[in-house]
Amino acid sequence: MLSRVANKIYWMARYLERAENTARLINVNTHLLLDFPKRVKLGWEPIIDITSRKDNFYSLYEEADERSVIRFMVTDLRNPGSILCALNMARENTRNIRDIIPREVWEQVNALHLTAKTNARSVQTQRHRYDYLRSIILGVQTISGMLAGTMTHDAGYDFLRMGRNLERADMTTRIVDVRSATLLPDMSEALSPFENLQWVSVLKSLSAYQMYRREMRLRISRSDVLKFLLQEERFPRAFYHAICQVHNCLESLPSNEKTLLLITKLQQKVQNSKLGAFDQEKLHEFIDELQLGVIKIHDSINKTYF
Amino acid sequence: MTIRWGSYKVKNLYDEMLRASGRPRPAAQTLCSYLRALKDEDIEEYKLAAESAIHVMGVTFTVYTEEEGSIDRAWPFDIIPRIIDKKEWQQVEAGLKQRVQALNLFIDDLYHKQHIVKDNIFPAELLKDSKNFRPECVGVNPPLNIWAHICGSDLVRDKDGTFYVLEDNLRVPSGVSYMLENRLVMKRLFPEMFDQCNILPVDDYPSQLYDTLAALSPRPGDQPEIAVLTPGIFNSAYFEHAYLAQQMGAELVEGSDLIVDKNDVVYMRTIEGLTRVDVIYRRIDDLFLDPEAFQSDSLLGVPGIMRAWKAGKVALANAPGAGVADDKVVYAFVPDMIKYYLDQDAILPNVPTYKCIDKQEREHVVEHIHEMVVKPANESGGYGMLIGPQASKEEREKFVNLIRRDPRNYVAQPMLTLSTAPTLIGNRVEPRHLDLRPFVLSGKQTIVTTGGLTRVALRKGSTVVNSSQGGGSKDTWVVDMETV
Repeated sequence: MLSRVANKIYWMARYLERAENTARLINVNTHLLLDFPKRVKLGWEPIIDITSRKDNFYSLYEEADERSVIRFMVTDLRNPGSILCALNMARENTRNIRDIIPREVWEQVNALHLTAKTNARSVQTQRHRYDYLRSIILGVQTISGMLAGTMTHDAGYDFLRMGRNLERADMTTRIVDVRSATLLPDMSEALSPFENLQWVSVLKSLSAYQMYRREMRLRISRSDVLKFLLQEERFPRAFYHAICQVHNCLESLPSNEKTLLLITKLQQKVQNSKLGAFDQEKLHEFIDELQLGVIKIHDSINKTYF
Repeated sequence: MTIRWGSYKVKNLYDEMLRASGRPRPAAQTLCSYLRALKDEDIEEYKLAAESAIHVMGVTFTVYTEEEGSIDRAWPFDIIPRIIDKKEWQQVEAGLKQRVQALNLFIDDLYHKQHIVKDNIFPAELLKDSKNFRPECVGVNPPLNIWAHICGSDLVRDKDGTFYVLEDNLRVPSGVSYMLENRLVMKRLFPEMFDQCNILPVDDYPSQLYDTLAALSPRPGDQPEIAVLTPGIFNSAYFEHAYLAQQMGAELVEGSDLIVDKNDVVYMRTIEGLTRVDVIYRRIDDLFLDPEAFQSDSLLGVPGIMRAWKAGKVALANAPGAGVADDKVVYAFVPDMIKYYLDQDAILPNVPTYKCIDKQEREHVVEHIHEMVVKPANESGGYGMLIGPQASKEEREKFVNLIRRDPRNYVAQPMLTLSTAPTLIGNRVEPRHLDLRPFVLSGKQTIVTTGGLTRVALRKGSTVVNSSQGGGSKDTWVVDMETV
């Protein structure tokens, strides 16, 4: 497989995953805000924080109100992390490798980009927002399904899954980091209803709520949510699961020793930490380390193969 | 308003579907009745379905404009196919094979002993000034002695229905992917027509191309590593490069993916390290191919690839230098070449061509410029042409000056009345002019596509069919009337 092609597949997957994650994030925030009383000021700024684009945002907009944040995160091409930008990049990367991936996938990526662009306005009204974001999420999921079902599971597919899972691991840590910062750490006692709601929203932004309930069967508690989202091996959006996937993919690739070593270290770090005992500051530091780990893995893949 | 053939008039020209009497040609009969039975809603539905199929398939081409740079456009597609009777097609096919065979002999001769020049058939001064003659290629022996493995010749019909060859494209002809895609769209839209008529398939092209290329491998026996070399996604034909690579199961590479080592072997950079490449179907012009040999500032090419090719370590298709026969002045000599190399008369005629390098012919062109189509020798895509009858006085004068300044670079042809075919404009059928680009593969055997790419000038009265200048395309059906 050509290095350039492996690189494009990897980024195609990362950008698609980014578009989907962003759509989930906005969707859940919209719903969350509807449940909160007016005096609780959660607002839209956390969304900007999650994606670490505060500077970028405030250079373009004055206030982090709903309209501006949605615009910035969904349709603004000046934000390289916006859904439209991510889909644009995904499409450009896919275009470059259309001889490698199944044709239906290219058609679907193309169609998704087209729909996202054509209907971009509808995301500004709350009534149509859900449909719009759902079409993005479904669109990306369709592509993932097509790839799983029709693309040869060769090295190219490994690069695809590595891209997807590294992006996912990164996004999961960001969501946990920012969302937990606005909450008080609970030490065993039941959360106040609104805090509870916000932990639910964290789970929901990762489509983890239902799975969490099945798994934990308990009241929502901070330490359990953290454990589930960071350490659970079987839940596909959990950090640990995502890096295990990257580990699996790498095993069948050539010259993998160095990168595998990095991943193993990170896996141990996640599994061996007592998340429940971390206060917010400690958690923040810990998450920083995880993110650094993800970046190191990316750099190593980049250096070895691209 | 549905399609009414009664209001479709065929006057003083050849129409592909209807005769002057207004009756359909035999091969088009089934299609004509089928179309007549369509309601307005049906037509609208088919048009929409075709548009969305093309959009979703991402069939695009790139147009260059100064203001906007390059932009992707969906390739306009007309749902009414162009129909050719198989019996007639077989003649054209034989003519094309003969022509390409002679062209390959000509190129090989030019880079070796130049018999045709010594025997005074082809003037030496033309060779001297040729922009596409590559001294670097002299004495090279490409596999099978073939230089132009893939040739796209443009054919037109005049008033009386005779097919003429308008030009031969021997450098990097494009369009074949549209031919294949158009068929795919038509099969999605009109499956019942494919049941009722005996339409010959076109889908075999990618495997034929693969076989043609594989036969050139310098390491016979092993499964060859074939790569399609593209200038990248901003090239107007990138869609085609990717498409062909995909259909052949070949690697699509850009210049930066390849390196040539000091033993003149070409490798591509892969995740496993370097892999040897045997055959390169290059879609980059000669001059950008190798910064070591040609334009040193080319970022598209591969340094050292000419070395590798000359050493026989890699095969290039088309071979560098093949474009020498692509010249529109050289074109005028093709019938003589056929006579000289094959001792045959040309089956497919040339359009009568005036060579401005000849004093008498030049004066004729200048005097009759309002009736002529003037073409520069080495442009493609319809750029830099003058269509005399439609040009303004200033434009004509400009071309007279251009011709006088550089006569070798221009040829002129009388304005032909190109054939037309019914084309959907809004929801009515109107006649539009068209041409045909079949593709010829030369390797161990010579293969001609069944039909080819029909390009249609969508502007009323226009004869410029290029995609970059308001052209569209149609599917081309070669219909077998004998086997039922």
